[in-house]
Amino acid sequence: MSDDHVYMSLAEGHEDNARWAYGTGFEDPLHGVSTAVPDGVDRAELAELCLALADDALVSAQRLGEWTTRAPELEEEVALANIGLDLLGQARLLYARCGQVDGTGRGEDAYAYFRDADDFRNVTLAELPNGDFAFSMARLLVLASWRLAHFELLAGSADPVLAAIAAKGVKELTYHRQYAAEWVVRLGDGTEESHRRMQAGLDQVVPCLAELSAAHDAGEAVLAVLAQVTEAAGLSLADVPAAAAGAGRRGEHTEHLAPLLAELQSVARAHPEATW
Amino acid sequence: MVTVLTDARRARHIAEQVPDPELPMLTLADLGVLRDVTVAADGTVVADLTPTYSGCPAMSEMRAEVSARLRDAGFERVEVRTVLNPPWTTDWISPEGRRKLSEHGIAPPGPAPRPAPGPVPLVLSATRSAVPCPRCGAADTEETSRFGATSCKALWRCRACREPFEYVKEI
Repeated sequence: MSDDHVYMSLAEGHEDNARWAYGTGFEDPLHGVSTAVPDGVDRAELAELCLALADDALVSAQRLGEWTTRAPELEEEVALANIGLDLLGQARLLYARCGQVDGTGRGEDAYAYFRDADDFRNVTLAELPNGDFAFSMARLLVLASWRLAHFELLAGSADPVLAAIAAKGVKELTYHRQYAAEWVVRLGDGTEESHRRMQAGLDQVVPCLAELSAAHDAGEAVLAVLAQVTEAAGLSLADVPAAAAGAGRRGEHTEHLAPLLAELQSVARAHPEATW
Repeated sequence: MVTVLTDARRARHIAEQVPDPELPMLTLADLGVLRDVTVAADGTVVADLTPTYSGCPAMSEMRAEVSARLRDAGFERVEVRTVLNPPWTTDWISPEGRRKLSEHGIAPPGPAPRPAPGPVPLVLSATRSAVPCPRCGAADTEETSRFGATSCKALWRCRACREPFEYVKEI
């Protein structure tokens, strides 16, 4: 290479067109990872699980990204965008794995950009509008704790690819949970106004625990985190509803998912063959 | 004296010297993301890379750069594979890499925490376990944001020399 500067090298021609991860036509994030599925692993179940976990992450990432230019401080925008980026990365890996095992051979873009709301399997909590910053922090605490507890279990999955994705995600989710927990305490134990709004945000999230507990048996870990954090924050924890099969995992969503997807998918659908 | 490197050693050396796109003072070897370089019987060079974070957008750039440099060096068949397991940890940043980070005003990471079940460690005060200032060496520093310009860095500032600095956070 004539020019050693890495940024200059971006302008050079390569046979490999994949450059920075902007736009559609990304490279396969699982390139080179064995696509084999071990004996005894049910491919349909594995695909369903990967898809649900990927949809949770993609929809959450989109909501987190919406805080950019709207968060209380620049540092929080950077933090929320970073958390969204981690989740987007997890979604990419999970979509790629789903495409390997569900028999369709689809790539990640097909899942992210070319499915409608009815085909998404994310829990509905992830798709609710951001609302107050306090609600967003309560939601992030619950979703990060829930996903972390689930990924800790999945790190022992019989599927080595899912196990590796989960083991990597555990480290990232630990940071996400920490971030959200600190905001819940800061706001709950802050001023009268911040306490009031944090309590309202928490009260809005708690009923959604029914859907989460039904989707994956990681409810106890989430409750332990919530009990600890709300006590430290001086907040009261409403009665947690019993597990009840949620609509999101069946593809039944609130009216908020379709507009979110319309924004997420508009460019890819307007220029379906484009790469840049 | 002339040293003749085997293809495998030459290929490894080339891949090791590729700079990280976001931290260009570090090579991929310094960062610990280059897991292996081998040459197959048919002459194909196989380089294994592992991502730092799941969403790190530099991954495809690293892959393209490793591939391009090996081809430029005369290796006709190159395959760059992704390896996810075991997951990358900042403990794999080499001593040389840590020295280069410090030299460039970025505080290197401490030992990576082992994810452990149990309560969330709730520490709300701004001052945390001391990360020495990479510019003046003072221990009186504080975190301003645990997330920074890239996935792997946090924002800190030194209360002694007043300089803000980046810190590669442990993972």
